Amino acid sequence: MKKVELFGTGCRTCAVTEKMIRDKAAALGVQIELVKVDDPAEIVSRGVISIPAVMVEGTFVHKGGLPSGRDIETWLA
Amino acid sequence: MADTFIMLADWLVYGLLGLDRQTHFAGVAHFFVEDTAKIFFLLTTLMLLAGFIRSWISPEKVRHWLQGKPKGLAYFLAVTLGAITPFCSCSSIPLFISFLGSGIPFGVTMAFLITSPMVSEVGAVLFGEAIGWHFTLAYVGIGMATGMVGGALIDRMKLEKWVEPFVIRVNVPVDGAEGTKPAIRKRFDRAWNETRDILKRVWPYVLIGVGIGAVIHGYVPQEWIAGNLGADNLLAVPLAVIAAVPLYSNVTGVVPVAEVLVDKGLPVGTTLAFVMSTVAISLPELVILRKVLKLEMLALFVAWLVVAFIVTGYVFNALF
Repeated sequence: MKKVELFGTGCRTCAVTEKMIRDKAAALGVQIELVKVDDPAEIVSRGVISIPAVMVEGTFVHKGGLPSGRDIETWLA
Repeated sequence: MADTFIMLADWLVYGLLGLDRQTHFAGVAHFFVEDTAKIFFLLTTLMLLAGFIRSWISPEKVRHWLQGKPKGLAYFLAVTLGAITPFCSCSSIPLFISFLGSGIPFGVTMAFLITSPMVSEVGAVLFGEAIGWHFTLAYVGIGMATGMVGGALIDRMKLEKWVEPFVIRVNVPVDGAEGTKPAIRKRFDRAWNETRDILKRVWPYVLIGVGIGAVIHGYVPQEWIAGNLGADNLLAVPLAVIAAVPLYSNVTGVVPVAEVLVDKGLPVGTTLAFVMSTVAISLPELVILRKVLKLEMLALFVAWLVVAFIVTGYVFNALF
């Protein structure tokens, strides 16, 4: 089980990113625990400005903008 | 290069579809084809280029550049960086909190937030191609001036009390985790992804904008615009600004409308006032900002923009 944290305030790009991560995990058969961090205060205090940002197992793998499917594959591998 | 699109529209509308050049409808169709092709071509090229360049300018860097600068310089830097870095509006909340938390004055932060959504390199080039580079200069200049003066006024009036209190309490890490340094190939991939995503989002604005432009082009007589909305009608400017407040469009959607209005003889100041008001004041943006700003501040924000654009309209009409 991989812990994936998604930092976002509910914007469209964030929602698309969430769906991409869930779909990719399902396609690859990887079990993930997706935690959404949507409180702006918490987002900033953890050092994030550009959203959506993604943290996998405690390490930032993405900050700002829409990730590509290939990016997500690398994170979940 | 603009000729290529005229030739394409000639070929498609008069050649392939065989429409009669003399009819209004052929004029509308020609305008529609030419502008749609031109805008999508420029939009794609420019967004790719802008996205690629932007991958070197993260918000963390902007914050770093603005920190501890003398106020005058900070305002200028804030609006310049705001003009060249179109951050996704969804990032404006974390950006706002993090700027204030790292000691950047409220006025400077607001200057950045006012200018950033208003001025984009895509808009600048599109206006230059469609109307002329003097219009681009005015568009960028007004966007930067509105941000600088607005920010300085907010600072002078000490309006920090209109920021939601939780914002001040957030503990912002001194050196927010730096972004990684991706390879060139990766930056390009990312720019391509973004471009595709933005195209998916703005294509309806472009088509609606070009559609409205085409109809005005074909059916609204020049005399009507000159007679009713000319510079001697003092109500035209405030009307243009206020009519545009509830309208919201991506800048690419406004370009074809502005192009045809100028072409039909609407004074430049009135056109600029309409354009700026459409692009700058958007309900979705205000809803997002409501998370960190009190209602009073949002009202003042909108009021400032309305006043600034009306003044701009009169000044440009008087000068040109």
